[in-house]
Amino acid sequence: MTELSILRYNPETDDQPRFQSYEVPCREDWVVLDALNYIKENLDPTLSYRWSCHMAVCGSCGMMINQEPKLACKAFLRDYQGLIRVEPLRHFPIERDLVTVIDDFMAKLSRVRPYLIPKDVKALEAGEYRQTPAELKRFKQYSMCINCMLCYAACPEYGLIPKYIGPAAIALAHRWNQDSRDAGREERQEALAAKEGAWECSFVGACSEVCPEHVDPAGAIQQVKIRSTVDWYQEHLMPWLKK
Amino acid sequence: MSRRPYERPITSEWIFRHPRYVRYMVREFSCLFIGGYALLMVVGLERLSQGPAAWESFLQALQAPASIGFHIVALAFSLYHSVTWFNLTPKALPVQVGEEFLPDGVIAGAHYAAWVGLSIGLLWMAGVF
Repeated sequence: MTELSILRYNPETDDQPRFQSYEVPCREDWVVLDALNYIKENLDPTLSYRWSCHMAVCGSCGMMINQEPKLACKAFLRDYQGLIRVEPLRHFPIERDLVTVIDDFMAKLSRVRPYLIPKDVKALEAGEYRQTPAELKRFKQYSMCINCMLCYAACPEYGLIPKYIGPAAIALAHRWNQDSRDAGREERQEALAAKEGAWECSFVGACSEVCPEHVDPAGAIQQVKIRSTVDWYQEHLMPWLKK
Repeated sequence: MSRRPYERPITSEWIFRHPRYVRYMVREFSCLFIGGYALLMVVGLERLSQGPAAWESFLQALQAPASIGFHIVALAFSLYHSVTWFNLTPKALPVQVGEEFLPDGVIAGAHYAAWVGLSIGLLWMAGVF
């Protein structure tokens, strides 16, 4: 058996969250999500949490496990000794138990326009937008982001300055900026080059360390800073270079 | 059923939640010594402009135990500052050649090489060799 201490919060009855302990069987192949499902099915049906795929693809089950942001479906019980503390993702308001309010992230994500903005929209019969393997490689790692928000929970800047656009949104904007088929960088710059955009980042690097898909948001943010700096110099020192 | 989301207060405990945050804070803290040493250089320049006697007394002051202590600590923090930043350069400046990206070691290594080159150049200008 292993003991899980879970932060519970019921908005209808509780003024603040409290920890509740549960004993679950510690099976070799179980992840924390299996333990939560066991609790919900056998011990306490009132426990609320998000999950869907159970295979690190959907990005729904992000939570703090022993103070580290993790996907509950990727955190094996066998890797922990003693009590396992499970809390909702940091830096997001708690809706109920392990469910957080993610409206802020969703709004920021749409602000950076993370989709293809082509220079010339081709007619369907003109065929696909072609790309070489090298052009694909230029952005591919950023496209692995599953919007799980672990990077936001790891980022102290986001915790301290909530208006900061944050790691995943910037990495996804950068993903499209790096795409040879895309011409939307200028439109994204409004959000990215703002103070609460890339410049709020002080390169802690925690976002890249906790990413379950091995995306490197910290790298993307620094590259956005460099591009924005070059923009500034071009605009102020070499205005004739501007189209 | 009404919504009543709970906002957790932010405290400074995050610094000790994981060693990576402590390493980050030390890196940020190290800039105080970089800045402090730069100020010392400015003071030295001012003393130099005031003539040989002022310059000599500045050099004398540098040999005081407190000054030597500051230099040792500042050197340690400067090294930590430089090494941690150089090791991060591959993230900020990835170079793609053909399909592949250059290995991190090449990007960081180029920065170390430039550092050594510039340091030797500076020492040569100072007449060390």
